[in-house]
Amino acid sequence: MSLTIEVPGASAGAPPPRGTGHAIVTRGLTKRFRGGQVAVDSLDLAVPAGSVFGFLGPNGSGKTTTIRMLLGLVRPTSGGCEVLGEPMPEGLAGALPRVGALVEGPAFYPYLSGEANLRRIDAADPTSDRRTAAHRIAAALDRVGLTAAAGKRYRAYSLGMRQRLAIASALLVPRELLILDEPTNGLDPQGTREMRGLVREIAEAGTTVFVSSHLLAEVEQMCTHVGVMRTGRLVAQGPIAELRSGGEPRIRIETPDPAAAARVLGALGLTGVREGDGEVSADLGAEAPERVNAELVARGVAVRGLAVQRPSLEDVFVGLTGEGFDVEA
Amino acid sequence: MSRLDTPAQTRPETPPTETQPTETHPTETRPTETQPTEAETVANGAPERAAPARRGTAGGTLRLLGSELGLTFRRPRNIAMLAVLAAVPVIIGVVLRVVSDDGAEGGAGSIITAVAGNGMMLTFAALFVLVPLLLPVAVAVVAGDSVAGEAGMGTLRYLLAAPAGRTRLLAVKYANAVVFGLAATALVAASALITGFLLFPVGPITLLSGSTIPLAEGLVRVLVAVGYVAAGMAALAALALLLSTLTEISIGAIAATLVLVVVTQVLGAIPQLAPVEPYLLPSWWLGFDGALRAPMALDDMGQGLLVFAAYAVVCGSAAWARFTTKDITA
Ligand SMILES: Nc1ncnc2c1ncn2[C@@H]1O[C@H](COP(=O)(O)OP(=O)(O)OP(=O)(O)O)[C@@H](O)[C@H]1O
Ligand SMILES: [Mg+2]
Repeated sequence: MSLTIEVPGASAGAPPPRGTGHAIVTRGLTKRFRGGQVAVDSLDLAVPAGSVFGFLGPNGSGKTTTIRMLLGLVRPTSGGCEVLGEPMPEGLAGALPRVGALVEGPAFYPYLSGEANLRRIDAADPTSDRRTAAHRIAAALDRVGLTAAAGKRYRAYSLGMRQRLAIASALLVPRELLILDEPTNGLDPQGTREMRGLVREIAEAGTTVFVSSHLLAEVEQMCTHVGVMRTGRLVAQGPIAELRSGGEPRIRIETPDPAAAARVLGALGLTGVREGDGEVSADLGAEAPERVNAELVARGVAVRGLAVQRPSLEDVFVGLTGEGFDVEA
Repeated sequence: MSRLDTPAQTRPETPPTETQPTETHPTETRPTETQPTEAETVANGAPERAAPARRGTAGGTLRLLGSELGLTFRRPRNIAMLAVLAAVPVIIGVVLRVVSDDGAEGGAGSIITAVAGNGMMLTFAALFVLVPLLLPVAVAVVAGDSVAGEAGMGTLRYLLAAPAGRTRLLAVKYANAVVFGLAATALVAASALITGFLLFPVGPITLLSGSTIPLAEGLVRVLVAVGYVAAGMAALAALALLLSTLTEISIGAIAATLVLVVVTQVLGAIPQLAPVEPYLLPSWWLGFDGALRAPMALDDMGQGLLVFAAYAVVCGSAAWARFTTKDITA
């Protein structure tokens, strides 16, 4: 069974030209760390403007390193990237005020309150208006539900509160692009759901969201597009529906006589036939399920049930990233 | 595919950015104020970009410096160091007062007699005590922590993503360390002046060369000495800043700076190494006593200032070269 998915439209290897409505474009983006470790390998990423792009990959697959390059924190060894139409890191001053980012977990001054921390980050942005700072900070804190803890020292924040504060700092000014590196790390189920709601709300207002994760379920619930990383390489990217439909459908037949059914399926030219206890399954290919059913009945095989199953997204991702992939549902 | 009805699918796949005015964003509370360059863009005839590249201003840099100074001067550790620095002149003053009361004949040297004779001399006595080590410690802690500390905490990546700008952030960090050095030196002088005025007689000052100047001119000379010492500390701050860009562990940068301060002073004291001495930074720190000569030893002090400037330029450039190209992986 082949799971190598050809994604139409934005497939790896053919990055779109400049200024074609993409919030992020990378071309052959490569980072080799000192010591020879290739963390990101010829990445051709195309994140459509307005999408919620899930950047999936197991631990150590290069997600954070890619994000660091997008933000101009790490210089690519070769290749390049464009964020909101600005080449990075050269166009950093023009692009980053329009980008909110969460990189590898929250980091703040432990001896300052949440509010003072946000004031500090806001002061670092040369384009932000100090006259509206207090108002914007209060609004951002409110948005992530931290108003009550605004005056508390960061040191005393729980992990979830820290994560929320980091999101608040990304929302200090209206953004065209949000880059969120594992935003639900450390959040409780309630917090995770709120985060998904927040991302959806932000996206609906027109902000492109680029969110990395190693949790498939999370990406499945909030993203329109996905890119899948495996050991520094992009193995697939495109609209999530296309990835999903990329897997071959299988037909499953419940029958008291699996051996006979398997023979019929084989005679029909179906591949990947597997016999189970009271059931048989096979790759459907281009065959029409009703024809399979008619054939079975014609050959005297009792059919108790028949179903066409598309592989779950989980199956697709396991296929793309190898068995070791963390596919917590 | 109709059964795959995730909410995500209800969204259009690629709405064009250009048609999404940022003003509709929920966090946008006062659109006209937070988008100052909007009118400018329209005037430039580039309306197709809904959100123009907003550029920073000098006011923004001052705001960042203000934030930096606020962090530095409110941090308990730094306040404690300043408190110690302010206490030392008081302690010296009290000790000298006790010693001079016990027996001025004790032959304890010129400094006791000088201070006992004129309270203003306590300022110079305090600087002589503090400039070789304690003052450099305070400056090294602030400057050595400046970049490495942020890297270690992880806040550096958020500052740079804000985007603070590497050159701008480094300049602000350096300015902050220089201001701290100046404040620490001025605090020592102020504490010494007040203590001296309270514990000892004050009047016209007899200089090292024997001539006498009026009190007001004495105060000017104190200011000159403070400026000179602060310049020496600014040179040290550049060195500490350079070391701070080389590591993510601030204690490492601080310790390395202090090791250099101590080792160079030891080397400077070895007679066989006399040819090297003029190139060592601490050798010039005590040159502030030029302010006590008549006329002021402007040549020597000027040479000291040149050495300080050379250290600041060399270390500052190296720090800049390093910091602007470094990968921020912390
Ligand atoms: N500073 C560094 N020096 C050397 N190697 C590094 C450095 N940072 C990351 N790497 C390596 O690069 C690879 C990718 O790391 P990265 O942090 O980008 O992964 P990730 O996809 O974000 O993983 P996770 O899901 O665990 O956050 C890893 O093998 C890592 O060991
Ligand atoms: Mg990561």
